[in-house]
Formats: sequence, structure tokens, C-alpha cells
Amino acid sequence: MVEDGSIFSQLLVNRLNYFIYIILLLIGLWAMIAKNNLIKKLIGMSIFQTAIILFYVSIGVKEGATIPIYLPEHDPHGSHLKVDVNGSEKMLPPEVLESSLVLGYSNPLPHVLMLTAIVVGVATLGLALSVCLRIYRGYGTVEEDELLEKLEREDARNTGRPRRRRPRRAPSEKAVATEKLKSGNPRPRQSRTNRKGAKAGSSEGTRNDSTKSVTEKRKTVRKPRKKTSPKPKEDNS
Amino acid sequence: MSTAAVVEDIRPLIALLAPWAGMIGIIWAGEKRPNLRELFTFIAASVQAAVVLSLVPIILSGAVVEFHIWQIFSYVPMLLRVDGPGLLFACVASLLWIATTLYAVGYMRGLHEHAQTRFYSFFALSLSATMGVAFSANLLTIYFFYEMLSVSTFPLVTHMQDKEARTGGRTYLGYLLFTSLCLLLPALSWCYVWLDGGHLTMDFIEDVGKVGHFSEATQIVLLLLFTFGFAKAGIMPAHSWLPGAMVAPTPVSALLHAVAVVKVGVFCVYRVYADVFGAEVLANMSGEEWTMVIASATIIISSLVALSQDNLKRRLAFSTIGQLGYIVLGAAIATDRGQGGAVLHIAMHACGKITLFFCAGAIFVATGKKYVSELRGIGRKMPLTMGAFMIGALSVIGLPPLGGFISKWYLALGALDRDAMWVVIVLLISSLLNVFYLLPVAVTAFFRTSETENDPSFKEAPWSCVVPLLLTAGGCFLLFFWSDVLLQMVGLNP
Amino acid sequence: MSDHIVWIVLFPLMGAVACALSGALSKKLCYPISVISMIASVWASVHTMMQAIESPVHEISYILGGWSLDLFPRGVGIEFRADLLGALITLVVTGVGLIVTLYSKVPVQRETPGKEPMYYGLFLLQICGLAGIALTGDAFNLYVLIEVAALTGYGLIALGSNRAAAATFNYVILGTIGASLYLLGVGYLYLKTGTLNMVGIREVIEAQSLYDSPAMQVAFVLVLVGILIKMAFFPFHAWLPNAYCHAPSTTSCLLAPLVTKVMIYVMIRMVLSVFGVEFSFESTLWTEVMPWLVVVAIVCAAVMALAQREIKRMLAYLIVAEVGYMVGGVWIYNYYGLIGSIFHVISDACMTLCLFLGAGIILEKCRTTHFDGLRGLFAKMPLTMIGFFIGGFSIIGLPPTCGFFSKWYLITGGMVSERWEYMVTLMFSTMVMVVLFFRLIERIHLAVDESGKNLGKGHGDLGLTEEQTRFDEAPLTMLVPLLIAASIVMIIGVYNQEVVDQIEVFLRAYNLPTGVSYK
Repeated sequence: MVEDGSIFSQLLVNRLNYFIYIILLLIGLWAMIAKNNLIKKLIGMSIFQTAIILFYVSIGVKEGATIPIYLPEHDPHGSHLKVDVNGSEKMLPPEVLESSLVLGYSNPLPHVLMLTAIVVGVATLGLALSVCLRIYRGYGTVEEDELLEKLEREDARNTGRPRRRRPRRAPSEKAVATEKLKSGNPRPRQSRTNRKGAKAGSSEGTRNDSTKSVTEKRKTVRKPRKKTSPKPKEDNS
Repeated sequence: MSTAAVVEDIRPLIALLAPWAGMIGIIWAGEKRPNLRELFTFIAASVQAAVVLSLVPIILSGAVVEFHIWQIFSYVPMLLRVDGPGLLFACVASLLWIATTLYAVGYMRGLHEHAQTRFYSFFALSLSATMGVAFSANLLTIYFFYEMLSVSTFPLVTHMQDKEARTGGRTYLGYLLFTSLCLLLPALSWCYVWLDGGHLTMDFIEDVGKVGHFSEATQIVLLLLFTFGFAKAGIMPAHSWLPGAMVAPTPVSALLHAVAVVKVGVFCVYRVYADVFGAEVLANMSGEEWTMVIASATIIISSLVALSQDNLKRRLAFSTIGQLGYIVLGAAIATDRGQGGAVLHIAMHACGKITLFFCAGAIFVATGKKYVSELRGIGRKMPLTMGAFMIGALSVIGLPPLGGFISKWYLALGALDRDAMWVVIVLLISSLLNVFYLLPVAVTAFFRTSETENDPSFKEAPWSCVVPLLLTAGGCFLLFFWSDVLLQMVGLNP
Repeated sequence: MSDHIVWIVLFPLMGAVACALSGALSKKLCYPISVISMIASVWASVHTMMQAIESPVHEISYILGGWSLDLFPRGVGIEFRADLLGALITLVVTGVGLIVTLYSKVPVQRETPGKEPMYYGLFLLQICGLAGIALTGDAFNLYVLIEVAALTGYGLIALGSNRAAAATFNYVILGTIGASLYLLGVGYLYLKTGTLNMVGIREVIEAQSLYDSPAMQVAFVLVLVGILIKMAFFPFHAWLPNAYCHAPSTTSCLLAPLVTKVMIYVMIRMVLSVFGVEFSFESTLWTEVMPWLVVVAIVCAAVMALAQREIKRMLAYLIVAEVGYMVGGVWIYNYYGLIGSIFHVISDACMTLCLFLGAGIILEKCRTTHFDGLRGLFAKMPLTMIGFFIGGFSIIGLPPTCGFFSKWYLITGGMVSERWEYMVTLMFSTMVMVVLFFRLIERIHLAVDESGKNLGKGHGDLGLTEEQTRFDEAPLTMLVPLLIAASIVMIIGVYNQEVVDQIEVFLRAYNLPTGVSYK
């Protein structure tokens, strides 16, 4: 079964690195699509990127090659050596090696590229995690199905239709309800279903408060109305 | 192909830009100073008419006037060129603009219409686009101004801003933009891409007949695409926008749909037939008679429909469609006299039809009546209006000594040049139908009935509505007596 | 001095650092710093454009790090190459960036108060990334810059409301997949050719005749699919409507005109300069398949745009349709199609900018962009409406706006290659866009509600209060950029021949079929 040239040997022996990275890629892709938890999706994303890193590094490997740092016998001067030439100090560039000697070193370029890619991956992961944190603070969940439900309800409530202006009541039911939600009171579940049945823009106060996070809502209940009226004069600055 | 001398002059551009300057003045004067605003319109219209008329001697001497505005592509300029047919069209449009402004002032103030500043500004813009079409020297330029006209007339059509205006505006723009973007633009770019290595200007003087290089099938398809693509020409079935656009106030209907918009469409069709295809290519094209058949069908069918319409403006709209069919027919006949007759008919029909629309509007302002059945006996109290209506009707029917006779005469002659007797028969039948749907309105208006003696709502329209329609009615006579000048302009020596 | 090319990218970079640091001093410094660095960047890109036009080979080359081409082979150092196409795109990027920076004062204060240093920092880094994408001549550097642009974009969107943050997550996932696929493709390219320099790759492909090599075919597919995901080509567009709709208005004004268009530039660059015309068009099946996918993309996007009742979502779907136009223009494989595609990149950036600036102003003044809230805006904000609808007429393709000319070249391209499906789709989508914009005009202008009932008391009364129809234009810092953008749309239309001349000089280096013509 493991003869040379058979598909088995092609995949698992000659091209093992491709096989492995594709498996990892698909695992990552599956996780990004199929997992429900946002953090698990991000882990999938990380696996996806790691698979690509693995691919790059693997193509730089040579049989019997060492790490791409000059061996002492190939570089007598060293890169920090200052050589006195005609009485002046000078830094010599590294020696250029013949191609037969180069074969003994792994290709450094994929490593270098992948350092950059790792940095990019870290930055992406950091940013994505902070987005997750923001989602959690705003919607109270990192499960995709719950989140989608909440988003759908919010979008239905907040179609963007212009609101009829109503006098401000303070604090609004929603602020009270979210306060209770924070303290873990089971009652808010009822008021949330009430909100579900309410028509868009008809019952509550004017501005849609779900744009602010739960913690900020209490602080900003009173403020908005006062800001808007002087605005037209300020705006011509 | 033409050996006419070329005169470089900025006057075509002035004629184009005068309405823009007027528009700035109109917006500046605004709703607060209506008299000043109306004055700006009059000034712009007068300047435009004066400039256009000043070009007449040059054209009669056989030269053409050109002005280069902008290089659209490296091989296609936006070029203005004034030649006989274009100048005739421009004269008609600019002179009738003055008359219509006078009429519009009376009409809009009489009905206390809203948003008059917007009305007059877009009116001016539409006239600027009309001048552009009249003076275009190549196919792409005429297309630019054609589209500009579609857009600038939309606020005029939807002036009333209610449900009917919405429907009318949708029909209007739907038909016009659909045909121009989906039928006209492909035909246009086909010519530009495939002729002469893609570097052809499609100039109306230099590139006449180049489309003959295409295969016969391509030629006939292009011809049909152009005919229907210029939907402002009202060839059935691309005609439905015209009755739909009657929701506009009468000054809009009068000028735009009796003179500017539809005449732009039919002028563009004439240009395609005469100056893109050319008489020789048309004569050699095998399927070309079908365009004449389509035009004739439009004439007959629209006249029959007009017979059944009770709403006066709708009746006039279908009459317009029929008359436009005459012009397309004349262009399709592809003989000198036929095509000359077509251009003449632009002028004659414009004068006659605008008189009829003015009368319809005057009746509405004075009495609030819109339906033909209600107009019995109205002539007693509105003799001037109905008298002018009679004159306009006779001009459209084509009886001497009114202008309409000359153009129909030349159309018939042009058809005979081509041995197309059936066209002459079509002309006769449709003239008969014109009689049946126009004359009764005028004649019964003068019958005395018991209701009209006592109906207090019958009274003459305000003077600023009556004066213009008397002027245009007089114009129908004048066009007959000046027909030799006009014939010279279109290149038919009388 | 040919290093203006680096200053295009450096000025925003330094500005971003300065903004972030200035937050410690005063939040009000961020706006002036951004404006100054963007003006400097625009100046540098204009200079580079001039240099590229005047240079004998019509390109400017700058090797970062001093690895000059005399001593070292191409590809040792990262190269910034501004040929005519890259210089044009860079000019568009920096120009649009400047206009949006000028515009951003009021919306940023209102929508993300207190976060100005972070916002402007990310903003300038985004410009830096996008300009870098247009300038770089190295395939891996392109990946890095794509990710810089993407990450800053995610940040800019997520700085808005919670809903925006939720929309960003989807964008992060899809964008990362796209960029990673591109990276994978570059890996295969490196594997086979041994160099990462774009010109170098093409030279190796031609020298070694790698047209049928499976590795190269795989690389081609991976690279292009990655870019298609990032440019929101249907069906990979799912991230775009939510992300652009819920983002803060300045962010959508910056991202919507630029990001997808720069990705289309990347696709053109990959197809023409990296893989070469012979490989991309003749050795793969893409020219047969892609126009049909494009047809589906345009039709679906146009129909979905029709279903929207809110301006920004409608515009987002319009972007997807426009992306379809441009992708189609490339894959119909002829000279005019590519001219049309490249010109459409430039003109679409400008007209989308117009539209989003207008939508942002409407949001600012009316607190809503839903169709129901727009009645009477022609009286309230006439100048804004003029600017907005110039963008709208450009999308429809009315002359003399630039949209007409790009449609003209695309139709010409479709005809020359006899791609009737593409032409019919262009016509269909043009009609849909006519319906979209004139429906909007109806909502604003007519006294009729959606169901067809008359409102108001007739005679032009729209049923609004005096306060709603009083003249109340946008603040000048928002209005003037919109009017500048609208005039640019007209100017590019009127002077389209100058722009197309430069595009033609660029394209002449590639052998593209120009079609048969009769005498």
C-alpha cells in the first residue's frame, strides 16, 4: 500500500505538509462556519491562519539543512567585526556564499514572511476579541444564535423609520428594565417580551437606547435632548 | 458631403446659455419678486429668439454656423452646428417660448399655482436642452441634449406633486429612460464602435451614409432601434408617455408636448434618417418600407383613438401623436421633398397645436371645464378663444391659407416622388379623421343652447392667456405666407 | 527626487501617530492634524502622478531600504512601483481621503464623542494602507497592506454603535478568510517562481512558460478568490451591507468608495502585471465562466437594492452591483472592457463618495435615512440634494457625469467581445438604478406616501410643518466636501478623455484584443 507512486504515498509521504495544512485549514474553516460561540469561531480563524503559516514554513525546509544563520566556517568576519583597512575602521558586509553551500541552509525568507503573518494574525485576533467583548457588553451573549435573535429584534424595532417626537419621560422603562437585568431580576424577561409585541417607534421614549451599552444607558438617560437644540448654531464653526 | 461654407460663431452657444442665465435670475428673484422673476424669463427668451433669428440670413445664404464646445472623446466633439432644419426648429422653439411664457404667467397666476420659481427654472433648462438638440452636429451630442431634456422636464411633469403626478411622472420617465438607455444607447455605441476603426464622429454632414457598411439586417435593426429609442417621437407603441404626461399644467403640455419635447424626439428621428443613414442608404435598404408602415399605423391608430377621447387635452395628445407620425413618415420617405416636408411640418404643427393647447388651457382657467362634451356653446362667451381654436384646428387639418397645408402638400409630393401612392391615401384619410375630431369641438362651441345663455361660469379667459393664443393663431397664417423662406431653409427651393 | 512616492504613505502614518499621541493633550487637535497630513499626502500623490506621466517608461520605482537595482536583483528589496494605473488609484485614494477628512469634523464629534484620537488614528492608517496597496510592487507586502487596511477598517466600523460591532464580527471572519486565501496563493507563487516581486513573478512565468503548471493554476484561483471575497463580489458580499450600513457615517464615507475599488485594482494588477495576460485570460477558464457569474451578481445585487427602504443599505447593495460591473469589465477580455473597468474604478469611487457624503448629511440633519423621513428635503437642503443626486445621476449613467463614460466603455467592451449577456445585464441594472433614484426623488419631492395616498392639502403641500421645510442646510464642513465631490464627478466626466489617455498608455503595454472594425 505504501509503494512509491501510489496515491497514499503521494499524499502522506511525498506531500505530507500539504495534506496536513489542508486538513488544518478545513478544520479552521469548519470552526468558523459551524461553531456557535464567537470565541470558538475566532479560534477557528486562528487555526486557519496557523495552517497557512505551517504551509509556508514547510516549503522552506530542505533535507539535512540547518537553521539559516551563518556557520562560523562560512563567515570568518562575522557581521560585527570591524576590520582595520589602511588604518580606518570599516564594517564588511556578510560573505556571499556559493550555491552549493547555500543548499545547506533552510530558506529564511518564508520564516521572515511568516513572522509578519504571525504579527498580522495576532493583531487580527486582538481586534476580533475586543469586538467580541464589545458585543458581549452590548448584547449580553457571545452565542451566535442568541446574538442573531437579538439583532433581528433590534433591527425590527429600529428599522430606521423616523420617530415621532414624544416628550421625554425619565427614566424610561427600558432603563429600569436593564437595571433590573443587571441585577439578575427574572422580571425583566416579561418586559422584554412586552417590547417584542410593541410596534416600532410607538411606545418608548424617542432615541433608541440599544446603541449604547448596558452600563452606559443609566448615565445617558437625561442628556440627549439638551444637546440637540443649540446644535444648529454651533455647526457653522 | 456638403460644400457649405462654415462660419465660426459663438451665437449658437449664446442661444444655449441664455436660458441658464435666465434660470439664475429666476432663482435669485424667487417667490418674493414674481414680476422680476417673470421679467428674467422674458429677457432670456427674447435674447434667445433674437440670437436665433440673427442667424437666419447666414443660413439662407447657404453657409452653416459652427461652434465647438468640448471634446467628449478624442474623436467626438460636442459640436454645435446651425443648418437649415436645425435653425427652423430653433426659431420655432424660441419664438413659441416667448408666447408660452406670456401664457404661463396668466395661467399660473390665474390658478394660484405653487412653486412657480421651480416651474420657470426648469422650463428654461428644457428650452436650453431643446436648443442643444436643434444645433447638434453629431449623434453623441444630440444624445446628450436629449437626455438632458428628459431629466429637466420631469419636475415640470410632476408639478402638481400628487398621486396623478406620480403616476404620470413614472410613465413619462419610465418610457423615456427605458427606451433611451436600453434601445438607443446600444444602437448609438454600435455605430461608434464598429465604424471606421472605432474612431468615427458620426457627424451629420461628414459621416452621412457610413452606416451603409453594416449588413442589411444590422441596418434595419439599427433603424428600428433608433426610431423606437427616440421615444419622444411618439411612435407606437412607445407613445404612452404622452397621454400620461398630460397631468402637467397646460403651459407645460403646450410647449413641451406640442413643441419642445415631442419635436425634439421627432427632430432626432429626422436627423437619424436624413443625416446618419441618408437618402441613398434608406432607398437601398430592403426593409425600409416597414418604418413607413409603422409611422402610418401610428397616424391612423392615434387619430382613431383621438376620436374616442372626451378629455380635451387627451384628445389633443393623441392628435399630436398622429402628427408626429407624419414627420417620421416624411423622414422615412427618404426623398428630398418628403424630408423637407417633415421638417416643415415641425414648424407648422407646432404653431397649430400650441394654439389648440392654449385654448384648452384658457377654457380651463376661465370655466374649469376639461371635457369636450361640456364645451357646447362656450364660443358665445369666449369668441376669441374658440376662434383661435378653429384656426389652429384648420392648420392641423391642413387647409390653406394656413401653414399646415404647405407641409402636408410637400409630404404628399415626396411620397409621389417615391411612387408610394398608399402614403398619400394615408395622408388623406388621416386628414379626414383630423376633421372629425377637431372641427366638431370648434363648431359646436358656437351653437347656442339654453344652458349657455345663463351659465355664469362661461366667460372669456384672462387677457394674458388670450393674447398669446391670438398671436400663435396669427402665426399659423404667417407661416403660410412666409413659406418660401421656410422652404429655402430646409433646402427645398420653391 | 523620486521618493515622493514614499511620502504618500508616510504622511498619513506620521499623522496617525501624532493623532493618537495628541489625544493626551487635547481631542480638538486631531482634526487639524488629519487635515494637514492628508493635504500633504495628496500633494505627494499629485507629484508622483506627474512624475509617472513624464517618465519615459511611465512608471516610478522606489526600492525601500536602499536595495538598489544596480547591485541587487529585483525582489531583494520591497519595491514601490507607481505606474500610471497605480498613480491614478493612489490619487483617487488620497483625494477621497482628504475630502472625507474635511467632512468628518461634525459627524465624528456627534457619533463617537471622546474617541477622536483613536478614530483619526485608525482613519489615517486606513488611508496609509489603501495608498500602500495601490503603490506596492511586492506580492507579500500587498498582503500586509491589505491586512492593515482591513484591520483599521474593522476598527473604524466597530467604533460606532453596538450594532456596528456586531456587524464587524462577520466582516472580520470573512475578511480574514479572504486575505488568508490570498496569502496562500502568494505562497504557491513563491514556491514556483522564487520571487515575491510582481514584475519578477511575471518574468519567471514567461521565461519558464509556467502556463500549464498546476501550482500556478492553484495560485491563480486562490489569489483571485481571496480578492473576490475582499471586494464583496456576490456571493461573498454578505458582510458589506451590514458593515457599511451600521458604521458611523464618516467610516462608511471612507470605506464605501475606496475599499472595494482598491481590491478591484488589486485584481487587475494580479491579472495583468503578475500573472500576465496570456496566463490569466488564455490559460484559464475564467473568461468563460466569470461573465456569467457577473451577470448573476449584478442582477441579484440590483434586485436586492430595490427591496431596501433605507438609503445606506440601498447604497451598499449598489456598491455590490458596481463591483459586478468592474469585475465583468475585466473578464470580458478586451481593451475597452479594461478601460471601462479602470475608469469605472475611478468614477465609482467619486460617485459613491458623493452618495455616502449626502447620506451622512441626511442622517445628521434628519436623524434618519429611511425613505419615510425624507419628504421635503429639496426645500430644506437644496444644495445637499443637488450634490447627492449628481452622484445618483452618475450611477444611472446620465451624461455628462463620469458614470456615463464608464458605462460607455463597458458597453463598448461588451460589444467588441460579443458578450451580450453582460450588455443586457448592464441595461437591466441601469434601469433598476433609474427606478431606485427616481423613486427616491418621488419620496422627497411628491406629496404621496408609499401606498399612493395623497398627503397634504394639494397644490404642492407636502403635509409637513413649517420647521421641517425651512431652509436648514448642512454645516459647511460637511456641505463643502459634498459639493467638491459632486464637481469632481462632473469634472472627471467632462475631462474623461485625459484620464482615459493615461489608462490607455498603461494598457498598451499589454496585448489585449481590441476587436474587429469595419472600414
